[in-house]
Amino acid sequence: MENNKLKRLGDFELPDFFNYPPFFTLQPVRATSEMQMRVWKELILDYCRSQRIYIISLDQDFPLFCNPAIERSLSREAKEAFLSALVTEGRAEWMDRDHTRCLILWRRIQDWADYILNFVKENGSEFVSTVEEIRSGVETRETELAGIDPGVLLRAVKLLEQKGKAVVFKGNSTDDEGIKFSV
Amino acid sequence: MSAAASAAAGDWLPAAEVTESGRPVLTAGEVERHLVAQADLEPEESPRLSPLRGRLLVLTSHRLILLHDATRSARAIPLAAVVHAYPPHRRHGNNPLRSIFSSSSSSSSSSSHHPRVRLQISLPPARSEVVAVVVTGKGDAADVFYGRLLEAVRARAWEMVAVSAAAATTAPGGGGSLGAQGAAPVVEDLAIRMPVVGVSGILRMEQEAWESAGQNLQDAFQDLNALMSKAKEMMELAEKMRQKLLTNSSAQSNSNDEEMGSKQDMQDWLLSVGIVSPVTKETAGALYHQQLSRQLADYIRTPLEKAGGMMALVDVYCLYNRARGTELISPEDLLQACSLWEKFDVPVMLRKFDSGVKVIQTKTHSDDEVFARISSLAQKEDALHKGISPSDAAFTLGIAPALAKEHLLNAESIGILCRDVSPDGLRFYINLFNEIDRQNIYLAKTHGIYHTWISVTPASSQ
Repeated sequence: MENNKLKRLGDFELPDFFNYPPFFTLQPVRATSEMQMRVWKELILDYCRSQRIYIISLDQDFPLFCNPAIERSLSREAKEAFLSALVTEGRAEWMDRDHTRCLILWRRIQDWADYILNFVKENGSEFVSTVEEIRSGVETRETELAGIDPGVLLRAVKLLEQKGKAVVFKGNSTDDEGIKFSV
Repeated sequence: MSAAASAAAGDWLPAAEVTESGRPVLTAGEVERHLVAQADLEPEESPRLSPLRGRLLVLTSHRLILLHDATRSARAIPLAAVVHAYPPHRRHGNNPLRSIFSSSSSSSSSSSHHPRVRLQISLPPARSEVVAVVVTGKGDAADVFYGRLLEAVRARAWEMVAVSAAAATTAPGGGGSLGAQGAAPVVEDLAIRMPVVGVSGILRMEQEAWESAGQNLQDAFQDLNALMSKAKEMMELAEKMRQKLLTNSSAQSNSNDEEMGSKQDMQDWLLSVGIVSPVTKETAGALYHQQLSRQLADYIRTPLEKAGGMMALVDVYCLYNRARGTELISPEDLLQACSLWEKFDVPVMLRKFDSGVKVIQTKTHSDDEVFARISSLAQKEDALHKGISPSDAAFTLGIAPALAKEHLLNAESIGILCRDVSPDGLRFYINLFNEIDRQNIYLAKTHGIYHTWISVTPASSQ
């Protein structure tokens, strides 16, 4: 059997044990499975952070969940187990009852709020924009806000709204919200 | 009576060897004929000779053995020394009707109500003694014992060893008939080499063939006798059952109804029709199962060692029955026998794995030792690449695949191994999850098993 190693996915560098076959089998022994779960949780968060992935869909292939070099991939049961563990920890949320789509909060909503606040402070204290512009506009292109999931963005902004740092209002187009920051 | 004192009792009799599990060691060709759970041996002529009390009485084809379980010691009277045996004598007089209704409680320590079988024996050096064997048990236990004793004494089995040994060397198919029961011992100690050349050789061969045929006939008749006495017992049992049913309607006080009332008797009778007596906390079941249990413990030691200290129960069942040849035991009997080991002090034990697989293992068997071997197997280069399957482990450890799988699962449950499920099946790897640094999961360690694994599995740059 040819034994190759998969070293990276895109520009994400994989750890060595990604090529360890038991890594892809849900372990029955509690002590072992706890360690396995801990490692997978961290790996998922790191990978999504580096690739700016916000949603994992279990109905589609996710590159992190399989290693063709050693011919192993996670079972549906295993995927659900690891993602549920993230959900329990507050680092992810199931988007539907059937557990087919999962929102990955590799940065917590609160931390996003802080990040946005910082960004606004650095670019002028009065700032009016829309959700779409913040996501894909010129000003945020070099920042981590580029391509942010609109739902996440909105929730972060709503947190700021509660603290009085921003106001959300209906924008020009029907499905785009406008935001006025005042720090 | 202290243990030392009771062990010393009866030192006017020859000693008999006892196995580790409390069974008498039988010589080649010696076969058990009868067992009595509790018996005393009282010397009647010489008061200075000490009696033996509360012994297990084992009548074999060669000897009358009295076994003291607590000290695992025994004394034996060679049947050849029995000059005469008198029929059982009761203090009440020899009233047959009374014998059916007489007390059968074995808790009575005084032997005055129990029938006595007197024996005149001749012990070396030319000393004649009269001893009485006091048999405790249900009504006619003494009669049964006496009958068997007479049969055994008349059969003079100890004299036939020479004949069958010579027959065995000349007629390989027909000889050794005495060894058909039990564990088929080989009769080799009295093999006399006779010249087989010439006319005298031919004549001798004829003679021996004729003698062994005669021996075979005799054995066949002994079996027939045994069959007939069993049939007699069955008839008595049926008769007693019938009487019980008849007298059941009338309200009698149960304390005197010991003919069928005592639990021990009930168990024995049930056993005689083939119903297994359950082992409870109060009783260890019938005597049959106790003896079976000890015999099994003795027999299984050698195969167990050869198999590395552990064997699946199904394998033991096959081996043991094959060795017994006749009088096969049922799976229930085997389970009963194994479960009785807890009550005796024997060097083997029954063990049940989580998966339900039952095995027999020696008490000295060490799980740790097996784990060490598995661990080192899992760290070989091949195993680091592809893991080990149950059949790999079976091959390397030299044990059955079912057992190997149990060991692997055990090792997994304590964290030595972890599993890999794939289209190739279930395989086990050395557990590297323990080796991952909790603070930095990407850290490739520079030493230890994790490092070895990294360096051993070849990489292709991607």
